[in-house]
Amino acid sequence: MLRLESALRARREAGGKILIPYVTGGLAGWQDAVRAATAAGSDAIEIGIPFSDPVMDGPVIQEASQRALDAGATPVSILNDVRRLDVDVPLVVMCYYNTVHHAGHERFAAQLSQAGIAGAIVPDLPLEEAGPWCEAADAAQVATVMLAAPTAPDDRLPRICGRARGFVYSVGLLGVTGERATLAGTATALAGRLKPLTDVPVVVGVGVSNADQAVEASRVADGVIQGAAVVRRLLESGADAVGDYLSEVRGALERHWPTR
Amino acid sequence: MSEPSATGRFGEFGGRFVPETLVPACQELEQAFRDAWDDPIFRGDLAAILEEYAGRPSIITECHQLGARLGIRLVLKREDLNHTGSHKINNVLGQTLLAKRMGKKRIVAETGAGQHGVASATAAALMGLECKVYMGAVDVERQALNVFRMRLLGAEVEAVHSGSRTLKDAVNEAMRDWVASVESTHYCLGSVMGPHPYPWMVRQFHRVIGDEAREQCRERFDADPDVVVACVGGGSNAIGIFSGFVDTAARLIGVEPAGGAAVGRGVPGVVHGMRSFLMQDEYGQVQEAHSISAGLDYPGVGPEHSYLASIGRAEYPTVTDAEVVDAFQLMARTEGIIPALECAHALAWIVRESGSLQGQTVLMNLSGRGDKDVAQMMEILS
Repeated sequence: MLRLESALRARREAGGKILIPYVTGGLAGWQDAVRAATAAGSDAIEIGIPFSDPVMDGPVIQEASQRALDAGATPVSILNDVRRLDVDVPLVVMCYYNTVHHAGHERFAAQLSQAGIAGAIVPDLPLEEAGPWCEAADAAQVATVMLAAPTAPDDRLPRICGRARGFVYSVGLLGVTGERATLAGTATALAGRLKPLTDVPVVVGVGVSNADQAVEASRVADGVIQGAAVVRRLLESGADAVGDYLSEVRGALERHWPTR
Repeated sequence: MSEPSATGRFGEFGGRFVPETLVPACQELEQAFRDAWDDPIFRGDLAAILEEYAGRPSIITECHQLGARLGIRLVLKREDLNHTGSHKINNVLGQTLLAKRMGKKRIVAETGAGQHGVASATAAALMGLECKVYMGAVDVERQALNVFRMRLLGAEVEAVHSGSRTLKDAVNEAMRDWVASVESTHYCLGSVMGPHPYPWMVRQFHRVIGDEAREQCRERFDADPDVVVACVGGGSNAIGIFSGFVDTAARLIGVEPAGGAAVGRGVPGVVHGMRSFLMQDEYGQVQEAHSISAGLDYPGVGPEHSYLASIGRAEYPTVTDAEVVDAFQLMARTEGIIPALECAHALAWIVRESGSLQGQTVLMNLSGRGDKDVAQMMEILS
């Protein structure tokens, strides 16, 4: 088993819930935010590689991506910075498929591996198109996380779970990344459909917007991803606010499901 | 032209690179389109609307003055005479009829120059569907009249302020809307691009252009044309007319703007759901296209064009803005036809290459009329 999945399983086996924040690579203060997230008790951290056309992202992460690109961030510069981060949780990149395609599957997998990246999430690479990338990633010991969406018919979910490495990304709602006033009913519904199908950790992302919603989603799922809620704080206030927020979420999860 | 493969590929181009949320919708659309296309009732309904509402068949016009001047026989396929003034209506009538058949209540569309947006708003009004059009903020400014036109037709127009604020960003925003609204909404994509089945489906809705033109040429000239020319942004009007001639000896020419030459640069990439030639930087960031014509400002191209280019069946030269401005005026003065700036790209290539085309029959797809461009040309020429 790859180290991303073993780290997440360790949290679950100890009775706790998984917390995975997302930080846009190349955005001012992102490395400090990753360190703060680590200190706040994250189990893994997603590093976004900014792309010119992020179709799965709402306004906050679009803004962060554009700022990072304007500041000159590239996949290569971000992976170089990752090597110097020196954090002890698994890091996962979140990138759009053209970044992978343009570099080439084997070459990109090798670049991730050399930078110490444990996994990859490619939100516009669905099951039917994922084969060649997944093979290259498997060979380089990089876990490819698969996304499952509320629109998936029942017969599709087992195939997604079967191909998922590290965790299954259970998309919380019909829509793009961003904070919402309430947790969508689809979030717990989909996690509830996935849980009986797989032993791989099921983690809810997209639209989980505060500590209460994280607790609500975790009643069914193995944990949550925190994307726009983290990036907005980094954009508005900086890395300390990210640390404070994630400590609050971790605290709420621990009160309900203490890690032994 | 043949069907794409089971994975939606033309050779190595095409595919379905979309967020997981949209995969079932694309599969459902593919099945619905297959069923409809094989259903004589659907085909009959579509043919009736195209005839009674859009004004098909569109005529062909021989340009005697301009042809004599250039030393060629120049023939226009007059898609500019369709209702709403361009070929775009063929596709939107097909897609909205299909959307209704699928029980969808609402369509979303992207638009560049506004032609597809106007056509979508028109078809939505006709079919009783709610319609929202995404348009880059830059294009909203360049094409204020078309924005008003869409609103008159009852559509909601949203200016897109992200990214380069042009057509590619309008596509992104329409896809984001669709991700959130997929259960009630059909995405009425405006070109032969996007995830499978769009490139194939939109081509089938436009192949009426080529099928008619082939019959018309055989009837009028007793021969196929030597050369078939069309402009290419995403490539819908070009694929429509190419469809009628790909199995003839005719040369097929898709003319790209020099500032938006996706095929010309020849680097495959993946964006907007498809693998195709794409303007991108050394890290795969998609670049902005720049040309005089908003309708061609697209950094990618439909995957079937990439395929036709890769097997050498079609050629994709470029022309400059200056050549386009000259061609635009030339057609107005010699033939009394004001072409859309997009189509003036096709004519610009014909004018430039006329020396090597002497005595040949050249069929050009006049895919839209130039009324929308008159204000812009007034500024350029003053």
